[in-house]
Formats: sequence, C-alpha cells, structure tokens
Amino acid sequence: MEIKWYLFLSLALFCIGIIGALTRRNSIIVFMCIELMLNSVNLLLIAFSKMHLAGNNALSYTMATEAQLFVFFIMIVAAAEVSVGLAIIVLMYRNTKSVDINFLNRLKN
Amino acid sequence: MEITKIIFWFLTALALVAAIGVISSKNPIYSVLWLIVVFFAISGHYVLMNAQFLAIVNIIVYAGAIMVLFLFVVMLMNLNADAEPIKNVYMKMAGVISGLTLMIVFVAALSASEQHSTIIRPGTSVGLIENLGRALFNKYVVPFEISSVLFLSAMVGAVVIGKKDPIKRINE
Repeated sequence: MEIKWYLFLSLALFCIGIIGALTRRNSIIVFMCIELMLNSVNLLLIAFSKMHLAGNNALSYTMATEAQLFVFFIMIVAAAEVSVGLAIIVLMYRNTKSVDINFLNRLKN
Repeated sequence: MEITKIIFWFLTALALVAAIGVISSKNPIYSVLWLIVVFFAISGHYVLMNAQFLAIVNIIVYAGAIMVLFLFVVMLMNLNADAEPIKNVYMKMAGVISGLTLMIVFVAALSASEQHSTIIRPGTSVGLIENLGRALFNKYVVPFEISSVLFLSAMVGAVVIGKKDPIKRINE
C-alpha cells in the first residue's frame, strides 16, 4: 500500500474530528472528537514508521522502533489525560447541571 | 486486487463512516459506540502494518479502558437526545466549511510531495513485542518509569477533582 492513502485517511479522520469539535456543544462529544484527532495522528506516525523501513538499513530499523514507542507513550499520556478530563466534566455537570460548553464562557462563577 | 488492499479499503471505509457517525449522532451513547468502531478499525490498520503490539494496546487501552470510562460518565449523567439545545445553523456551517477548507489545504500541500508513493512493505518484525520490549526496557526505561508516576498523579488528580467539596456540603 502506498503511504499517501494512509496520509489521506488520517487527514480525513483529523478533519472530521475538527469539524466535530467546532460544531458540537456537548462537552463529552467535543472530548471524544479530540480523542479521534489523537488517534489519527497515531495512525500517521505508525505509517511513517513503516515508511522508514523502505530504506532497509540498520538505522531505519532503529528509527521505526522508536516511532512505535513514541506512539506507545502518546497512548499512555492520552489515558492519563482522559481520566482527568472526564473528572473535570463530571465536576462541571455537578455545578451547572449541564454539559453544554457555552456555560463555560464565564469562569468566574 | 490483493487481499491486503481489500482489507485496507474496507477498514478505511469503516473508519470514515464511524467517524462521521461520532459527530452526527444526537445521542451521546451512540457517539461512544461509533468511536469504539473507529478504534477497532484503526487497530485493524495497525495489524495490517505489522504493528501487532500497538494494535493490542490500542484495543485494551482505548476501546477497553477509555471508552468504558466515557460510557460510565455518559450513563451517570443521564443525558437524553434533547439535552443539546437548538443552535445557530450558520455556526454549524462555518465549522464544517472551515474543517473542509483545512482538509483541502492539507491534501493540496501533501499531494505535491515527492515521497508520497513510497510503498509500505508488510512483513517485518519491528512491531512485535520482542523488539519493542527490548527497546522499551533498555533505552527508554526512564520514560517508562516516569509514565507510571504520571498515571499515579492522574489518578490522584481525578479523585481530588471528582470528590465532593466539603465546605459546600456544610453550607447545605
């Protein structure tokens, strides 16, 4: 498979995530769109890691390994981020009885 | 047409349809379920690119842990479909247009690249646990340990944020 199809696939997923984050108001769905964008970037990183292997020498093997470990660490950070973010959304729901992000435009209350 | 190409296009169509389902369904529970479908399609892509370890981690961490967390929160809040108020159609159209514009710009910029027809070759041992685990526990052992501290602090932070405020409870 050529690299460009993976590029266009992850690009399409990223733009769908952006459209969702811009048009939806439910904060949980906005958060899910951010997760979607993160995953599309992970997919692109793995495709690039496989692209390095086309060079077929020792350095490209190391670089491909490091790219996959980078994706692994992104997943770790995303898991930690989701737990804290959902706690913030639950706190917001408890205070305003709504998950609409338009209630967040005033942080003073 | 080879079997890998058929699987690739099937997974691509599945991922795109499910991603559109995430942003277009009214009920948040359906959005969560569509997002699980997206994660499984992306895991299928990982397997297709011989990144088996990351495919398994993606299923366990994302489709397993994170999506269960999302489902718990959505069900805890008891949201129904009409929880989201009717809003300005022009704002929605502006969001869609700006997203599509970004996509057009990226596609136009990337299709002029020279390396975009590099063939991705299947069948290497880079993505197996043996290779990745050796690199993870030799060269990247310090970031690995730091990530465990990050998890601990995220756990403490989630508990502290989610706890009820004691001062507020006294006032009630």
